Amino acid sequence: MAFWNDRHTRGVLYQVAALGGVILVGGILVSNTMDNLARQNIATGFRFLTREAGFGISEHLVDYSPADTYLRALYVGLLNTLRIALSGIALATLLGIVVGFARLSSNWLVARLASVYVEVTRNVPVLLHLFFWYAVVTQAFPSPGAALEPITGFFLSNRGVAISWPGLGVPTLDGFNFRGGAVLSPELSALLIGIAIYTSGFIAETVRGGILSVPKGQLEAARSMGLTGWQVLRFVTMPLALRAIVPGTTNQYLNLAKNSALAVAIGYPDFVSVANTTINQTGQAIEGVAMIMAAYLTLSLLISAFMNWYNRHVALIGERS
Amino acid sequence: MTARFLKEGTILYGLFGTWYNALLTLLSLWIIVEWVPPLLDWGIFSAKTAPDPAACRATFGACWGFIHEKYRLILFGGYPFEHQWRPLLTSIIFVVLLVTSCNKRFWQPSLAAAWVLALITMFVLMHGGVLGLPVVESSRWGGLPLTLILAVFGLGIAFPFAVVLALGRRSKLPVIRAICITFIEVVRGVPLISLLFMASVMVPLFLPEGITVDKLIRAEVGIIIFAAAYSAESVRGGLQALNRGQEEAADALGLSYFDKTWRIVLPQALRIAIPSITNNFISTFKDTSLVVVIGMFDLLGALKASLNDAQWRTFYVEGYLFVAAIYFVFCIGMSKYAQYLENDIGRTTAKPS
Repeated sequence: MAFWNDRHTRGVLYQVAALGGVILVGGILVSNTMDNLARQNIATGFRFLTREAGFGISEHLVDYSPADTYLRALYVGLLNTLRIALSGIALATLLGIVVGFARLSSNWLVARLASVYVEVTRNVPVLLHLFFWYAVVTQAFPSPGAALEPITGFFLSNRGVAISWPGLGVPTLDGFNFRGGAVLSPELSALLIGIAIYTSGFIAETVRGGILSVPKGQLEAARSMGLTGWQVLRFVTMPLALRAIVPGTTNQYLNLAKNSALAVAIGYPDFVSVANTTINQTGQAIEGVAMIMAAYLTLSLLISAFMNWYNRHVALIGERS
Repeated sequence: MTARFLKEGTILYGLFGTWYNALLTLLSLWIIVEWVPPLLDWGIFSAKTAPDPAACRATFGACWGFIHEKYRLILFGGYPFEHQWRPLLTSIIFVVLLVTSCNKRFWQPSLAAAWVLALITMFVLMHGGVLGLPVVESSRWGGLPLTLILAVFGLGIAFPFAVVLALGRRSKLPVIRAICITFIEVVRGVPLISLLFMASVMVPLFLPEGITVDKLIRAEVGIIIFAAAYSAESVRGGLQALNRGQEEAADALGLSYFDKTWRIVLPQALRIAIPSITNNFISTFKDTSLVVVIGMFDLLGALKASLNDAQWRTFYVEGYLFVAAIYFVFCIGMSKYAQYLENDIGRTTAKPS
């Protein structure tokens, strides 16, 4: 038998060829890029991070001024992304669970309303949700002076949402804007409402699927043991359903975190938006895109790791590994 | 109990059988009564359909006149007005082909040939330059045809790559597996928007001096990379669901890897993966709207552009509803179809005994 017909040898050859192909393509791209950058007089590397950013950021959770460095600006953007991702996840989960249960309600009317909500939210692009809510917040909401107050201490105006919050006090009108309480800018409000509503439709379906996956016999057994409806839900349905719900929800959390990058479309200064400004000012496209990718990969890994930990926590004892 | 005249399990029992259901029913009814009549009034009875902004401002109803005035801009973007029959025809061909492809009777090699032929026809129609059609640069393409082109070409070109990636991910050769896993997981871990930025700012850097690539193609490259990674996971699902006995039988017959994969594994695995791939197509279709961010005028982008007209700026709800309805019809149609396929395949696929 000739050596190229040997299975093992062939395997090695294929792998060498594949690796060689990847290195070759990568090499060509890198060399082209180096040539192009040299021609445009752009120095590669991350030294630009210590230079002065020179642009303002409308919303920052830590002190920031245009005199700060690019590194500081990106840090501000990263915090804004985390803020959106975490509060979006909380809001979407809450809405999703309510709608998911509503779809399973024995009440026909409630179930119909919930399924209309799910179909409408899921089948419209998330960016359209964002544009729509941004337009509603900035154009349809009244000025702060005539702010809507649907719930006490919860103000809606075209300057965003102001909520009374323990430790921050109650929002009060001061000139043209609210002071005190937790004030969310129009951009942040629209982004939060948009991605939370979009994702909640998907989470609702995951919740519904999880609850439907609980074998009927389990519920009948629980009933016949004399458990009340609430006890059946708390001790039988939920522990079993969560095993099916958690992995699906993890995917939705990851999607939400990635969708938060659409902040750039309505002008909320998240990490992508700041990195984009940095790229435009410095021309450091490769470093900028690499940082965006690294940031989101890290965020995705963190969410996955946390959810996997939680998943092991809810798994059946016998199935824990 | 309270309502003994209601039989358990009937709709009426569900609505009023228990006190909390009765409460929920009343609450839902209150919401419907409170919201539906005003919405109907706004959308139909008090609505104005004439393209006259002054008349629209005078009433509180919806201003469908905005759509009346701008629908050609929204549907076809900046395509030259007198040539808009070309994008219209392109969209019709797309929709007819998509609907035809849904029917299992047409799942034969000739369908693939029809697609190739149609895609060439559509390119010629849109671009022109032959048969006396004037050339229309791709920077002027917009609206629905652009959305369809980005989605269909994106997934169509991504699909062969997805199959290769999925096979590579299950390969016994560690280097190939590592390359495929890295690609799939990195692409799935980052937002599409970062891939689009990469495509629009980095592709020009990747290419040798003097070669420039059209913006549409750059955006399409980003979408292809994204769709390939996601579809690879769908295909992998199909591969995993395939009964192992099929592969073992092929090995026992002494088929080569290529023959085994091409004739035994893929035909069955792809069949199982079709519902999941359809769902991917729905996501890709919705996600193409992100090209707005890199300055292209797809359906959503063209709407944003029409809303820039100061006269009509306040009628954004009508505009967004119109575009949302178009996306909704496409997406719900495809998702119902994916559900139907899932049931159908569950019925017709042999279970391992």
